[in-house]
Amino acid sequence: MRHVISLLIENESGALSRVSGLFSARGYNIESLTVAPTEDASMSRMTIVTTGSDDIIEQITKQLNKLVDVIKVVDISESAHIERELMLVKVRATGKDRDEMKRMTDIFRARIIDVTEASYVVELTGNQAKLDAFIGAIGPDLILETVRSGICGIGRGDRVLKI
Amino acid sequence: MVLSGAEIVVRCLQEEKVEYVFGYPGGAVLFLYDALFNQDKVKHVLVRHEQAAVHAADGFSRSTSKVGVALVTSGPGATNAVTGIATAYCDSIPMVIISGQVPTAAIGQDAFQEVDTVGITRPCVKHTFLVKDVREVASTIKKAFHIARTGRPGPVLVDIPKDVTMHKCEFEYPEDIVMRSYNPVTKGHQGQIRKAVQLLLEARRPMIYTGGGAILSDAAEQLTRLTRLLGMPITNTLMGLGGYPASDRQYLGMPGMHGTYEANMAMHYSDVLLAIGARFDDRVIGNPDHFAEEPRKIIHLDIDPSSISKRVKVDVPIVGDVREVLEQMIQQIESAPARPNADALESWWKQIDDWRSRDCMKYRNSDEIIKPQFVVQKLWEVTGGDAIITSDVGQHQMWAAQYYRFDKPRRWLNSGGLGTMGVGLPYAMGAQLAHPGAPVACITGEASIQMNIQELSTCKQFRLPIKICNLNNRFLGMVRQWQQLFHGGRYSESYMDSLPDFAKLAESYGHIGLRVDKPGDVEGALREAFARKDDLVFLDFQVDRTENVYPMVQGGKGLTDMILSAEDL
Repeated sequence: MRHVISLLIENESGALSRVSGLFSARGYNIESLTVAPTEDASMSRMTIVTTGSDDIIEQITKQLNKLVDVIKVVDISESAHIERELMLVKVRATGKDRDEMKRMTDIFRARIIDVTEASYVVELTGNQAKLDAFIGAIGPDLILETVRSGICGIGRGDRVLKI
Repeated sequence: MVLSGAEIVVRCLQEEKVEYVFGYPGGAVLFLYDALFNQDKVKHVLVRHEQAAVHAADGFSRSTSKVGVALVTSGPGATNAVTGIATAYCDSIPMVIISGQVPTAAIGQDAFQEVDTVGITRPCVKHTFLVKDVREVASTIKKAFHIARTGRPGPVLVDIPKDVTMHKCEFEYPEDIVMRSYNPVTKGHQGQIRKAVQLLLEARRPMIYTGGGAILSDAAEQLTRLTRLLGMPITNTLMGLGGYPASDRQYLGMPGMHGTYEANMAMHYSDVLLAIGARFDDRVIGNPDHFAEEPRKIIHLDIDPSSISKRVKVDVPIVGDVREVLEQMIQQIESAPARPNADALESWWKQIDDWRSRDCMKYRNSDEIIKPQFVVQKLWEVTGGDAIITSDVGQHQMWAAQYYRFDKPRRWLNSGGLGTMGVGLPYAMGAQLAHPGAPVACITGEASIQMNIQELSTCKQFRLPIKICNLNNRFLGMVRQWQQLFHGGRYSESYMDSLPDFAKLAESYGHIGLRVDKPGDVEGALREAFARKDDLVFLDFQVDRTENVYPMVQGGKGLTDMILSAEDL
């Protein structure tokens, strides 16, 4: 099962390596991991997408909580939540592909943020499936380069991860 | 008061009432050693190898429950310390390790004696700090001690660059430390405890199983009260020996791979299992699938939530400090109207006594050749069962655990989790310094002792009258045993060739060395050794080369699938 784990961690050097080291040492999967400071710069918020049985996820949560730097851990995929990922794609944009690429961008509500005679850079935000669909729709021949941020997640409604 | 970083470190150690620092100097810690030189409250014990410094500090902690402190230099000093740190981590021993680091400006430049100490140690510490500013030295050390001794204890490493030890700032030792990210639970949840008590009082075949957590939390007294109050059988793991008096009738011996028949059978066939500060290790429950075949309710009390439901599914988890929760549990039992089911308990004890009558610890003694078990039994007799015993790792460790009956906690020091050969002598050093005048014996083998034999020199310098009982079978005994049983008797590299004359070796370090060849001389040699109160005595017992450790559960097999003796093979 896929899970999205959000955590607050002290914004100190070495904190990220403690988390990533925990996952590699215990053989847990990381599909993606994003981290950045919060509005309170002494804390970072991390979103980890992982897969595993219920037992494994229970252990992951417990082991993360055990890290001295970790302030709070929540499995946000346990209830209603929102996931977003940012993708930048550099695509070939010449000849008839140029118009086609513009149309695709509109259909996916993406934005072209860089234009040259031969290429566009397209910015697209959405959940993983939407980003995958965009890549599928363009096809590998026209893609020059892609970069994805990994998932950011937040609970819906009243659920707040805060100290 | 304005002090240098180095002076601040030493002042912090004084504030923490540290009596001994075990260490080895080097370039990056010169200022720290200078600060140590200028005071006499914190005593420094100069070891001969950094691994032994950490082990000795670890042994000091195991025998006292105080935080052990080690001090090493950067680079090789830190890497040599890693085995010691990992050993302490695996057994949850509270320690603070201070390591020197190259100056801040040189970090990352591949400087002389530079390694990423924080990175190298990260997987085997409870926490690490790299102190980059002299103003953070005091608060960091305060945090390090706090983290080491609270919650599930463990080693904490503080890496201090040389320039930080040189810089100066105002010194003030913080009274308290508040960490928003670290607040371990100590009190147990009353509702969970109520559920546990109800299960225990309704149990027909209850069993209490305790591990190192009961020792670390200094809960032997509460454990004994609870066990007697309930009248139930109890087993202590290798790490939990001494948690309950081994000479008591309710004690079934150690469980697991080399545990007793009765302890393993009672663990397996219990209907309610109360696990206390134990973690269902593979060496204790054998194959977890086999263990799960028998239906039983499991109550698991542990300070570390991640130990609960890690290897076996638990019905009633209780997170908290063992001693505090046991107090809560005893109170609830005493005020509960119900009593344990006396009839059910009687027939359960009958069953246990039946298992006990197999007498699984018997071995064939000899008049000709010294049996290793016999040496441990005699050691127990000669010391009245009240010595501090350290061991290394291997067959001798198991015989020590099986035949020295520990009635009190913190008398048995060994590397249970990591299984580090070479801990025995440094553990004995730490224990002897913590308990001057107390009998301290190191049960070891000719292979293990050579892994830190250089510490005989430290023992001389600090006049540590340790009694070393070397069960010399000229084999890596446990390796040989597995090769005999599972590898067709092909003794690949398990023979210890070209052994030194240990008695002479001890003498050359300025100690007493005795070689013992005959069973009839064992007791006399031990008595002579312990009569020499001021001397380290190295007893080199020439023991049966082919003796194996029984009972035995083979790796991967079920707990009840036991080889009781050589006749079962």
